[in-house]
Amino acid sequence: MTAWLNPLNDLAGGLFLLTAFAMVATRQVRGCLRFFVLQSFCLIASALLIGAMTGVKELFIVAGINLITKPIVIPWLLRRSVPREIYAHREIALALSVPTALLIALAIAVFSYFAGRMLIGGAEVTTLLSNVPIGIAGLLIGAYTIAVRREALPQLLGLLAMENGAFFLGVAFTPQLPLPLIAEIAAAFDTLIIVVPVGILTRSIHERAGTTEVGSLTKLKEERLP
Amino acid sequence: MTPYILYNLVQAAFVIGLSPLFVGILNRAKEMVQSKRGPSIFQPYRDLRKLFSKDEVVSSDATWIFRFTPYVVFTTPIFVTLLIPVLTRFPLFFAFAGDMLAAGSVLALGGFFAALAAIDTANPYGPMGASRTRMVSFLAEPVFMIVFFTVSFVAGSTIPYIVQAKWVTPPANFFEPDHLLLLLAFFMIILAENGRIPVDNPSGHFELAMIDESKGLEYSGRGAALMKWGGYMKLTVLMIVFLNVLLVPWGLSASLDPLQVLLAILLVAMKILAFIVVLVFIESSLAKLRLFRIPEFLGAAFIICVAAMISQLFIGGVS
Repeated sequence: MTAWLNPLNDLAGGLFLLTAFAMVATRQVRGCLRFFVLQSFCLIASALLIGAMTGVKELFIVAGINLITKPIVIPWLLRRSVPREIYAHREIALALSVPTALLIALAIAVFSYFAGRMLIGGAEVTTLLSNVPIGIAGLLIGAYTIAVRREALPQLLGLLAMENGAFFLGVAFTPQLPLPLIAEIAAAFDTLIIVVPVGILTRSIHERAGTTEVGSLTKLKEERLP
Repeated sequence: MTPYILYNLVQAAFVIGLSPLFVGILNRAKEMVQSKRGPSIFQPYRDLRKLFSKDEVVSSDATWIFRFTPYVVFTTPIFVTLLIPVLTRFPLFFAFAGDMLAAGSVLALGGFFAALAAIDTANPYGPMGASRTRMVSFLAEPVFMIVFFTVSFVAGSTIPYIVQAKWVTPPANFFEPDHLLLLLAFFMIILAENGRIPVDNPSGHFELAMIDESKGLEYSGRGAALMKWGGYMKLTVLMIVFLNVLLVPWGLSASLDPLQVLLAILLVAMKILAFIVVLVFIESSLAKLRLFRIPEFLGAAFIICVAAMISQLFIGGVS
C-alpha cells in the first residue's frame, strides 16, 4: 500500500531542493519569502509521507508544528515587524551574478549527495536515500544563501532554510532512532525565537541607518543621545 | 516493410501539413485572449501561398550559403520527424537511423545555417540577431544534452521510441522527481529555442529587440516561405518530442491498422492543442525578459535538469 508514497516523498525532496536553489537566485524579498513557505510545505509533505509509510506518530506532530510555525507564524511575524522590507519592490543585491551563484549552489548540492551517501553507509532505507542528501543540501545551501545575500532579511530566510534542511534530514531519521519529540518541538520554537530578535534588530538598523543592505553598513555612524 | 516506410512518410506529412495550422491556432488564440478577433487560423497557409508565388530578391553580395539555407531550414525538421514517435508506438522504418543526439544535431544544423545566412548579407540587423540566437542556443545546448542523457539513462537507450516506451508502461515511473524536473527544464528550453515569450517576442517586429525573427529578415519570396515553414515545423517537432516522448506518451497507435493511425492523428493534434493553450497562457501572462536576463532563465533550466540528473543517479538508481 505504501509503495506509491515513496515516489511522492522523492518528489517532495526534489521540489525542496528546487526551492533551495530558488531562494539563492530570487531577486525580490517577497519572492524569497514565498519560496521559503513553499519549501516548508515540501518539508511538511515529506514528514507526513514518511509518517504514513512508517506509522510513527511523532512525525505527524512534527508536521503539525511546522504547519503552524513556518507558513503562518513566521511570515506573519515578519510582516508585522519589517513590513517595509517585505513589500519593497526593489531588487536585492547578490554578491555574485545569478548564474555563478546558482552554479556554486549546484556544486554544493552534488557535494552533499556524496556526503549523504557516506553518512547513510549501507542502510537500505529508501526514505534515507532521498531525505539525507537533500537535507544536507538544504542546510548547506541555506548557509551559502547567508553568505551570498547582501540584505538582512534574505539572510534571515537563509538561516531558516538551514533549519528546514536540518528538519528534512531529521524526519528521515526519526523512525530509525528513538528521538524524543521534545527536541523537535524545541527546534521549532527556536526558529520563532530567532525570527523575533532578528526582525527587531533589522527594524532598528533600518531606522538608524536607513538601509539594511549589508554592503553599505561598513561605516560607523555616530548618534547623539536624546 | 512497405507499410513501415509508408507510415514514416505519413508522419512527415503530418508535420509538414499541419504545422502551419498549429501556429495559426496559436496566433488566433493569443489574439482572442487579448480581446481581439485575430487572423484566421488558416492565415499561415495563405502567407505561405502568397510568398511562394512572389519573386525572390537576393543581394548580389550574397554567397551560396544564403540561397542554400532555406532548404536546410526546411528539411532538417522533416529528418527529425522520421526519427521520433509522432503517430505510432513501435519503431518505424527510419527509427534506428539516428538517436536523440542525432535529432538534436540535425536541428542544430538548421540553426547553424540560419545564423550563417543572417551574417552573409551584411545587413546590420542580421548579424545582431544571429549572434543573439547563438547566445541563446549555446546556453540551451547543455540543458538539451543533460535532458537527453538523463532520459536515456533512465530508459537505457537513446532511441526516442524506446524512451517513450519506458514512460508509457508503468505509470509509477511517471511521478518520479527526475521526470517532472526534466519536463520543466525541457519546457523552458522549448520556449527559448523557438523564440517564445519569456526569451523573445515572436510577434515583435522591432529590429533592435528581435532575436529569432531577425534571421529571416533578408529573405523574400520562396526563401522567406521556406524559412517560415521550417520555423513552424521546428516548433511542432519540439512540441511532439515533449508531448509524445516525455509528458503524455499515451494515445499513439499500437498497430499498423489505418484506423488506429487516424485516431492517433486526432489524439496527437488534440495534445498539441492543449499544449498551445498552455503556451498562450504563458505568452499572455509573462513579459519578455531583458537580453541579459536570458542567461539567468537558461541557467535556471540548467540547474533544474542537473537536479533531475543527480536525483536520478542517487535516488532512482538504487531504489
